[in-house]
Amino acid sequence: MLQQIVWALSLALMMFVGFGWAYALLKSGRREEDYTPLQKRAYRIRTRLFWLLVALFGTPMVLTLIDLPYDAVRPAIGAGSVQEIRATGYMWRWELSADRIEARRPVEFRVTSGDVNHGFGIYDPDMKIVAQVQAMPGITNTLRHTFDREGVYKIMCLEYCGLAHHNMVAEFTVGTRS
Amino acid sequence: MAKNTYLPAPDHGAKTGVLAYLLTTAAVLLLMMVAGLLMRLEQAQMISIGANGFYQLMTVHGAGMVGIAGIAGAAIMWHFLNQYAALSVRVLVGNLALFVIGVAMVLGSVFVGNFHGAWTFLFPLPGNSLGLWSREAAAWFMGGMLVIGTGFLLLQLDIARAIIAGYGGFARALGWPQLFGRDDGQAPPPTVVASTMVTIVNLIALVVGASILAMMLVNLYHPEFAIDPLLAKAMIYFFGHVFINATIYMAVIAVYEILPRYTRRPWKSNKVFLASWTCSTLMVMFIFPHHLLMDFGFPKWMLVMGHVIGYLNTVPILAVTGYGALMIVFRSGIRWDMGSRLLFLSMFGWAAGAMPAFIDGTIRVNYVMHNTLWVPGHFHTYLLLGLVSMVFGFMYYLGKPARQARDPFIDRAAFWAYLVGSLGFVLAFLYAGKESVARRYAEHLPQWVPYDRVASYFAVLIIAATLVFVARFIGHLAHAGGHHTRATVPFGAVVA
Repeated sequence: MLQQIVWALSLALMMFVGFGWAYALLKSGRREEDYTPLQKRAYRIRTRLFWLLVALFGTPMVLTLIDLPYDAVRPAIGAGSVQEIRATGYMWRWELSADRIEARRPVEFRVTSGDVNHGFGIYDPDMKIVAQVQAMPGITNTLRHTFDREGVYKIMCLEYCGLAHHNMVAEFTVGTRS
Repeated sequence: MAKNTYLPAPDHGAKTGVLAYLLTTAAVLLLMMVAGLLMRLEQAQMISIGANGFYQLMTVHGAGMVGIAGIAGAAIMWHFLNQYAALSVRVLVGNLALFVIGVAMVLGSVFVGNFHGAWTFLFPLPGNSLGLWSREAAAWFMGGMLVIGTGFLLLQLDIARAIIAGYGGFARALGWPQLFGRDDGQAPPPTVVASTMVTIVNLIALVVGASILAMMLVNLYHPEFAIDPLLAKAMIYFFGHVFINATIYMAVIAVYEILPRYTRRPWKSNKVFLASWTCSTLMVMFIFPHHLLMDFGFPKWMLVMGHVIGYLNTVPILAVTGYGALMIVFRSGIRWDMGSRLLFLSMFGWAAGAMPAFIDGTIRVNYVMHNTLWVPGHFHTYLLLGLVSMVFGFMYYLGKPARQARDPFIDRAAFWAYLVGSLGFVLAFLYAGKESVARRYAEHLPQWVPYDRVASYFAVLIIAATLVFVARFIGHLAHAGGHHTRATVPFGAVVA
């Protein structure tokens, strides 16, 4: 799961930064009076660090651009014709044109809002986010997704929209064709 | 070439205006921390203030923290920049007066008018509350924000005037002759370079912020004056992102100025330093689309730009400023006291916070983590461990009674409590984000509550430590204005 990878990666990078600070701290006690040679050595290491950062960050920066969730560039995923669902957010409820979705067949959610900004967040049966898009008045955003797993999914609002924002929940079921 | 010799710089005491900024910072910061704690306790189901009260606190906490970060950053920038360029004390005080008026308007709007549209005031929510707050309450909130923004705009204009008068223009103040030509070692000091960058980006951001606030105020009373919600959102996030980032770029001046005093090593504006600040000037302004990655209707090239700059932006933070702090401390013989500890910690907080931040700016990651608690997780890392540590480091530096004065045990204990509390607090946010816990929810699902409880305990620890920092600063206020040697130099070193 992407969230798991992101968490592990972030912790690893934060710890890497922490080690750098801890190392400098531990080596801060004894003074080297002439700063120039130390500085020259440090600049050489910094050049290497720079290229390490380029490789370490540059590669995922480019690779993660290959498959974007945006409608215009996302390839058709899943088999069969596209199921279309219109979703409109209101303070504080969702209106869906259907609440049953066929598994392993692509779905297009056409998401908009009837009043203020909302966030159309899809939670899987384990309450983990699998996809999201903003719901904005006057704009229809198309979210394409294919559900492989059957079960009851929740839509929760992910953009603050006032007093009952946290109660703005809807459900749909992903299953086999009836 | 920039020389490596450290020339001792005099320790100037803070002017009364700067001390007023810092006292305001201490008071507002503590109050906003308590508001934050109450929010986490509510989510943890340990108190019951209700959704209305929660969202009121959320609105005040957001607006208050962004505003006070600006005040704190401005205090540091003004204090040091005033040693290189002639700034106006009147404008400094005027900004604080407008800030206080603006805060009173915001507080009145929230606690009297029941406005709770969040500090981000996304159009059209302020004017569309389903009767929960009045049009006037929304107008007071946005008017208050406009007054605060106007104060900062005046301050930045005065700083721009002083920099142009002293250095002959922004390009020279950014060190472009040395960056693009021969480095003659005459580039402006880091404080001037950083202040110039902040001034450029903040002037633009504040004008954009004021424009959208004015537009929304007109729309509030004349709805026929239509506003595109996506444009409004882009303008708000452009303003918000640049302004809050500028607070760190202001506050880091404390590190550039104070760590060299402790280590007796220079922090020079060499070519790499100048290049990194010029890049940061551009990147801070063009990164803002990473707040709109889930707005599929926004121009795709701008979303990709936000994604790419999010990665690039980490390089100056890690490889130049962060690495520079490690270099200057490494084998320096520095003696650690509260000031140097907090400033060193602040650079870790900034660098570490940049990690979960740029990862969240990856479009595919944002697709499953946007507006979860991951977001406050990363910005609390670089604000709490970064910016706030810089501010308290500056306060300890100013308030140090004498060069060799020792820190009481309670202060040292408070430092560790602050470090542990902040790490625990932000990791609880980040872990909850990993678990898809939505942000800005007054009520949490039962399975989310344990993270809220853990975060609440750590928040108490942070507030306890902050109380010690604030009490010490107030206790040492008399020393903060004096021109005496503060930084503790290494043992055996000759003090000029």
